[in-house]
Amino acid sequence: MTIWRLVFSEILHRRMNFALGVLSVMVASASFIGSVTLLNIHDIRTNQILQDKQDELADRMVELTDVTRKAMLKLGFNVVILPKDQNLADWYADDYASKYMSEDYVHRLADSGIVTVRHFLPSLQQKIEWPEQKRKVILVGTRGEVPNLHKNPVKPMVQPVPPGTISLGHELHRSMNIKVGDKVTLMERQFTVHACHEERGNKDDITAWIYLAEAQELLDKKGLINAILALECLCTTDALPIIRKEIAAILPGTQVIERGSRALVRAEARNKVEQEARVAIEKEKLGRQNLRTVRERLASILTPVIVMACAVWIVLLGFTNVRARREEIGVLRTLGVSAKGILVMFLSRHVMVGVLGGALGFCAGVLAAVYFGAALEDTRIGITDMDLSLAGLLVLSVGGAAVLAVIAGWIPTLTAIRQDPAEVLREE
Amino acid sequence: MLEFKNISMWFDGPKGKVTALDEVSFSISPGEFLAVRGPSGCGKTTLLLAAGGLLRPSAGQVSLDGQDPYVLSSEMRSRMRASMIGFVFQQFHLIPYLTVRQNIMAPSLALPTKEAVQRTQELVSNFGLDDRAGHVPAQLSTGQRQRTALARALLNKPKIILADEPTGNLDEDNADIVFDYLGNYVSDGGCVLLVTHDIRAAAHATKTLQMSQGRII
Repeated sequence: MTIWRLVFSEILHRRMNFALGVLSVMVASASFIGSVTLLNIHDIRTNQILQDKQDELADRMVELTDVTRKAMLKLGFNVVILPKDQNLADWYADDYASKYMSEDYVHRLADSGIVTVRHFLPSLQQKIEWPEQKRKVILVGTRGEVPNLHKNPVKPMVQPVPPGTISLGHELHRSMNIKVGDKVTLMERQFTVHACHEERGNKDDITAWIYLAEAQELLDKKGLINAILALECLCTTDALPIIRKEIAAILPGTQVIERGSRALVRAEARNKVEQEARVAIEKEKLGRQNLRTVRERLASILTPVIVMACAVWIVLLGFTNVRARREEIGVLRTLGVSAKGILVMFLSRHVMVGVLGGALGFCAGVLAAVYFGAALEDTRIGITDMDLSLAGLLVLSVGGAAVLAVIAGWIPTLTAIRQDPAEVLREE
Repeated sequence: MLEFKNISMWFDGPKGKVTALDEVSFSISPGEFLAVRGPSGCGKTTLLLAAGGLLRPSAGQVSLDGQDPYVLSSEMRSRMRASMIGFVFQQFHLIPYLTVRQNIMAPSLALPTKEAVQRTQELVSNFGLDDRAGHVPAQLSTGQRQRTALARALLNKPKIILADEPTGNLDEDNADIVFDYLGNYVSDGGCVLLVTHDIRAAAHATKTLQMSQGRII
């Protein structure tokens, strides 16, 4: 005969008392585990919502950035670098610079490590009389983009005009009835038509683009350019002073002009969208945080109340059990079982109530949290999706429940061991 | 084996001091069967509990195998009870959810021995309880219950059996069986202190004392 055999037999004999004890512990444990699990489900759902919104924003930003890039390409460039002595009134009137600077400037910029600009496009531009056609055109010599060597390379926005070729604006090729591949003569030099552009409704329609070195030769401006177009500048309205400052430090003999304000407006709009989306995400985050705080407070009030109520119930059940076992305790003490033995006998029972109740409470708590979590969060988060250590939680539930049951059962147990066997036997 | 020297016991009752035992002295040696007779409320059960180390006397000295149990700690006294004394009660006091076999083995909770299982089986057979060994007390007759209680008292081979009205709830035949078992135990060198008002006890006892109002008369 062992204490354990006695405890098991007694449990079987008084199943109802034991079952009610287990149920009490289970309710206490389930309320605690359920609260913790529900809060975890809330956190997981919050992360999901925020991640979805972040992804949505990222997609929208990619889309808007692309739109902005395209707008900048169509509208021209948002920054033009001109020789410092260029009269801006003339530049605005003629739409090209009458002063020149060394083509080498563009290399100095590209090598400088400037962070606000990705590409540079050197050009030589001049309004000329096309002798062979007897008409005024704008001749642009360009050689394609020079990438900023300190930036990650991206696909060029402007395709260069190969040497020996010419690209023509809409008005030019339309009036001259010229197609791609045709041969044209400009200032006694023959060019193959490389591209015939669509109508743009601006001076581009009367512009002819040729390779930069050939333009320099035709215009007798060898090694010179009169503008550098900065491509893909930072798309914010307050970037210009920074670009000016950076370029002035590298090329003191230049001035920087902003162009393409419509592109900037679009870029600004894009930034505004991003800003508003970020504010919305922050608001959502705050809303979810507030909801969590409310739920946490509710759990921090309800759980202790439930646990206390269950503890009181366990105490009452403990007293009922001790009362029912008065005679048995008296007999066992008479047979020589010590007070310590009686203590072990009662506490073992309470530990079993706690362990079983804790394990069942863990299962009930997690399942209830998954069920109610799905209803509260409008989405199902499974047990495997949780970032809780379920094993740790099970240990906590079982251990905590056993401690709760032992503490609650302590007073009835003390009553049991303080029982005077002589008194019990005399009463009987 | 057991000696009472001027044992007195009194309690504070609602109407003042109540004397349960008054200067009681006697002794029992191995091979003796002492029956203490007297009417209800004369102090018989108090005497038995004092002898069993369960109720400390107000005055006097109890000696059990040369040792005063009341100078020992509660833990040691429990151990002494488990090893030296067997108790038998009128109400049997069997544990309701244990079988006959488990009830007989119950004293091994206090004093575990390797022989407990074998000894239990011997007792089950000796007391004619083989066919009831797996039954719980509620499924037994009163005679079977008392035999089970008697077998339980003998598990640890005690030096003395303290019996409180063991035949009080039994018919004549079953009472005789119990007296026979107690007599056999005394013949084997044990000793019995029996408190009863059963007049038949005198026939089985080697010595009889009469009690009245807490005194041996």
